[in-house]
Amino acid sequence: MGSLRIIWAIGRKDLLLEIRNKDVVVAVAGFALLVLVIFTFAIDLNQGNAKLVGPGVLWAGIAFAGVTGLNRAFALEVEGDTLEALMLAPISRDLIYLGKALGNFLFIAVAQIIVIPVFAVLFNLVVFRWEMLAISLLTTIGFSAVGTLFAAMSVRVRAREVMLPLLFLPVVTPLLMAAVESTSHMVYGRSWSDMAQWLQLAVAFDVAFVVVSAFIFQHILED
Amino acid sequence: MVSQATQLAVKAEAVVKNFGETAVLRGLNLELPAGEVTVLLGTNGAGKSTFLRILAMLTQVDSGNISMLGADIAQHGPAVRSLTGSVLHSPMLYGDMSIRENLMFFAELYRLENVDDLIATVTAKVGIEPRLEHRVRTLSHGFQKRVALARALMHAPQLLLLDEPESGLDSRSVARLDRIIDEYRSQGRTVIMTTHIVEHALEISDRAVVLNNGTVGFTSTNPSQDKTEIIAAYSSPDESDEGGF
Repeated sequence: MGSLRIIWAIGRKDLLLEIRNKDVVVAVAGFALLVLVIFTFAIDLNQGNAKLVGPGVLWAGIAFAGVTGLNRAFALEVEGDTLEALMLAPISRDLIYLGKALGNFLFIAVAQIIVIPVFAVLFNLVVFRWEMLAISLLTTIGFSAVGTLFAAMSVRVRAREVMLPLLFLPVVTPLLMAAVESTSHMVYGRSWSDMAQWLQLAVAFDVAFVVVSAFIFQHILED
Repeated sequence: MVSQATQLAVKAEAVVKNFGETAVLRGLNLELPAGEVTVLLGTNGAGKSTFLRILAMLTQVDSGNISMLGADIAQHGPAVRSLTGSVLHSPMLYGDMSIRENLMFFAELYRLENVDDLIATVTAKVGIEPRLEHRVRTLSHGFQKRVALARALMHAPQLLLLDEPESGLDSRSVARLDRIIDEYRSQGRTVIMTTHIVEHALEISDRAVVLNNGTVGFTSTNPSQDKTEIIAAYSSPDESDEGGF
């Protein structure tokens, strides 16, 4: 219970700073919307094409945009040396990781709340379904888990803007595949059972990376 | 386990720390009793701040052992940190949060209760209570340093680590700081600080340790009497300060 309070305190602090600065959500949502708009011009979006390419465009846009936001979220902690203030506290390092991951989860989730309705309009697809909520939650958990770890790894590197996507995107490829395939099944109106294997892959990815990343994170923080 | 009644606040054995090819601490051995105010002196690069960062558990040693308040810091990190308060070079505060929001956030991390009362007490002690609702970004460096001090005092630590705490402070704030250090000593708590204001530090400390080339160059348990020897040791050539003026 005490640990959950600590995680929530760190996540809530990030949310408060984000509400005041609007650095991350604006960057993530703006970038993702830009990708969607560009593709609507680039592709002839008849009903068949929209169902075929829409899921891929959506998740590629969110993944690339997510990198921008993840970079920013950790850079703020390092610029003010506040990461060290967190490290001075009598809490285990994995709680810092989980708190930061919670913050990143909230940013990406808020960005998706903006991006997904725009996607639905631009691609003329029905996405307001429980399946979409499940896919979105699972994918955001995975993005946050991996992204928080790699953002912490790359934040002290001079070329961090380049380093983070190089680390992040290859690792989240299985999750990206699961998200695209599940969304594809959904837009074609197939049942939960058709997308079950992809959702299971996403769940397995999330569990594995939350546990492993929390473990690795404490070693990354030490210089 | 961590013992608050231990005789030694810090025990460092053969501590080595290198940054790349630069050796900062070269087998440092040091024992600092609990309940004393110790001042660490030395020229730039002597290893004072690095040693303090190691005690704050922000930097890991390459080799050697350190125990604080009777506990090995490698094994009992969170427990030792709960008894330690640190004010290092940077204030380490969230600029877009107010002083109160910063202190409330850190109080949660330290699992403190009666937070409003605690904040009222520590902010009065360091003289920042009129600006509690101001965002940290709008405050001067000296004021931010006082907020950092308030954060370090909030959980009433047994051991206070201060890295050049007077930098950026005006004379009234330095006097306040001296009173806080005195109060800590009278309560049997430990203060370890670094400074370059040697004369002042010797007046308020019980023990002075001069670091030279990453090892202990001189120790005095009567700093105000040994002023001449301490200043001589402090001023002696230091290989680590080759680029000095």
